[in-house]
Amino acid sequence: MIAEKYAAEIEIILAKYPPDQKRSAVMALLYLAQRDGGYVTKGDMVEISEILGITPTEVASIVGFYTLYHDQPEGVIRIQVCNDLPCALRGADEFLEKLCENLGIQVGETTPDGLVTIEAVMCLAACDKAPMFQVQSADGLSYYEDQTVSSALEVVETLRKQDAS
Amino acid sequence: MMNEFILLRHRQIPDLDQLEVYRQHGGFEAFQNAVTAMNPNDVTQEVKASGLRGRGGAGFPTGLKWTFIDNENWPHYVVANADESEPGTFKDREIMEGNPFQFLEGVALTAYAIQATEAYIYLRGEFWQIAASLDQQIEELEAAGLLGEKIFDTDFSLRIFTHLGAGAYLCGEETALLESMEGKLGQPRLRPPFPPSYGLYGKPTVVNNVETLTNVPYIITRGADWYTSIGTEKSTGPKIFSLSGRVNKPGNYELPLGTTFRELIFEHGGGIPDGREIKAIMAAGASSSLIIANEEALDTPMDYESVPNVGADLGSASVIVIDDTVSIDWVLYKTLHFFSHESCGKCTPCREGIYWMRHIIDRIHQDEASWSDVELLNEVAYQIKGKCLCALGEFAIEAVTSGIERFESDFRAKAAEISSEG
Ligand SMILES: Cc1cc2nc3c(=O)[nH]c(=O)nc-3n(C[C@H](O)[C@H](O)[C@H](O)COP(=O)(O)O)c2cc1C
Ligand code: SF4
Ligand code: FES
Repeated sequence: MIAEKYAAEIEIILAKYPPDQKRSAVMALLYLAQRDGGYVTKGDMVEISEILGITPTEVASIVGFYTLYHDQPEGVIRIQVCNDLPCALRGADEFLEKLCENLGIQVGETTPDGLVTIEAVMCLAACDKAPMFQVQSADGLSYYEDQTVSSALEVVETLRKQDAS
Repeated sequence: MMNEFILLRHRQIPDLDQLEVYRQHGGFEAFQNAVTAMNPNDVTQEVKASGLRGRGGAGFPTGLKWTFIDNENWPHYVVANADESEPGTFKDREIMEGNPFQFLEGVALTAYAIQATEAYIYLRGEFWQIAASLDQQIEELEAAGLLGEKIFDTDFSLRIFTHLGAGAYLCGEETALLESMEGKLGQPRLRPPFPPSYGLYGKPTVVNNVETLTNVPYIITRGADWYTSIGTEKSTGPKIFSLSGRVNKPGNYELPLGTTFRELIFEHGGGIPDGREIKAIMAAGASSSLIIANEEALDTPMDYESVPNVGADLGSASVIVIDDTVSIDWVLYKTLHFFSHESCGKCTPCREGIYWMRHIIDRIHQDEASWSDVELLNEVAYQIKGKCLCALGEFAIEAVTSGIERFESDFRAKAAEISSEG
């Protein structure tokens, strides 16, 4: 129940918007639920709809529209490599291919231990620091820029160890 | 060459992201002066006289936009567009990370000019750490009496809030952004009405880009006359050019509007790696048409009035450099994958058209298409033109139509390969 667990945070979020426009808080509340459980559950959506006075279907449509919300548990660590045009002009496709090769998976797949998923994503506003990727995990999002395949593999190992401990 | 930074000042002044340091360098003097000694309308008039144009892509005159605010309808809102998702654009991020207080002072001045008591900063979801820093900086400003109730003991009150998006390029379009802020799907509204009459929660709203707003404190401190001395007659002031692609030194470069492509790419950007030749330029990220990078193009000043002479627009000035190792069909493959991922599907020409263009370019890219497919691609693009609810559909065809027209031989070569194999 996020409503009880995060009562203070929810109050701060709601205070940002006019009292009759609570619905504006839906995005922030979804982030809160996702941070808590790794992904947004049906129960979270119902709860958020009750806080905001909208329907669960409306909340679900928001989850579906935006790429940063997830309604399924997936690989614990999502490595999202940008291979959009500017990064690709600086070798991002080759980087992505080699990284996948080294991890023994294809783009979009998860390693057999269920820990690491590799994805290709669109521009992350770091085009001058390609190859780059962001890591999406329970701790949120973080950027890794000016990467090589070996530095990226080190990052993956470190994250794996963190997750194991 | 400009020797003083106006926007990327943190490159010259260490710790400029500390409020104390920012204030030691004149920070919030413009805001104090405006709130205590200027009419709101004087602020708007000064910005209008400065010639400042929107840095988010459309280049609309900023002061003029502020005069459109409907004074019969209250409250008013300021929304800073920090969605920064155009491929090749990474300038707003550097401003907010390095020089956040100047941006916030710009937001505050804009709010004073249109008498808004609430302002929001809409950031792309990936910028959550920047949002967290901004939240803290806003708190510091409130503690210092620079934001909050009755600022400088006047009747003016202002609060600023951050709002995180969640991964949708289209939310950078101002009306989609407002829908998203209202907790709805981030899809564009029919326009008119425009945000200055019907914006956030249906109230008069000014939406401006981060870089646009960051110019405002200087305009108020030093005046419109000083500002117009930078840049060209119709494109005044400094601009941050995000330079990416096949250059030796990619990065942000703050230069006067009107600087040539040649100076940016070869002097500042260190030229093309591996001794290759420059082939094409995209001046406005993935939403640009492809400029043939000949001598004439390289000598073209990067300003709003000159770039159209080489068949393109300056847009957000996100300059992507393409060299002669790259075949243009691959560029289209990349941009069409981007736009097909980002089309919201609300209108049929954009949804269906981009879907088909992507399928055709996939076939061309995989060497499975002939010249007639290239012609079909071009036709589909022209069918989308002028039929979309928002500019995304138009953006998606820029590279396609210009690429096929201006780099026909790349597509001919691709088609010839196929027919010789088949
Ligand atoms: C598809 C699309 C995406 C856009 N993305 C952005 C963006 O990320 N940042 C931005 O400032 N403007 C973006 N714009 C432009 C905005 O709609 C709007 O013109 C701008 O925020 C106005 O501010 P300005 O006048 O200061 O440039 C986008 C427009 C379209 C059509
Ligand atoms: S043009 Fe495309 S992105 Fe814009 S509203 Fe229509 S479908 Fe959506
Ligand atoms: S294209 Fe990869 S960060 Fe911009």
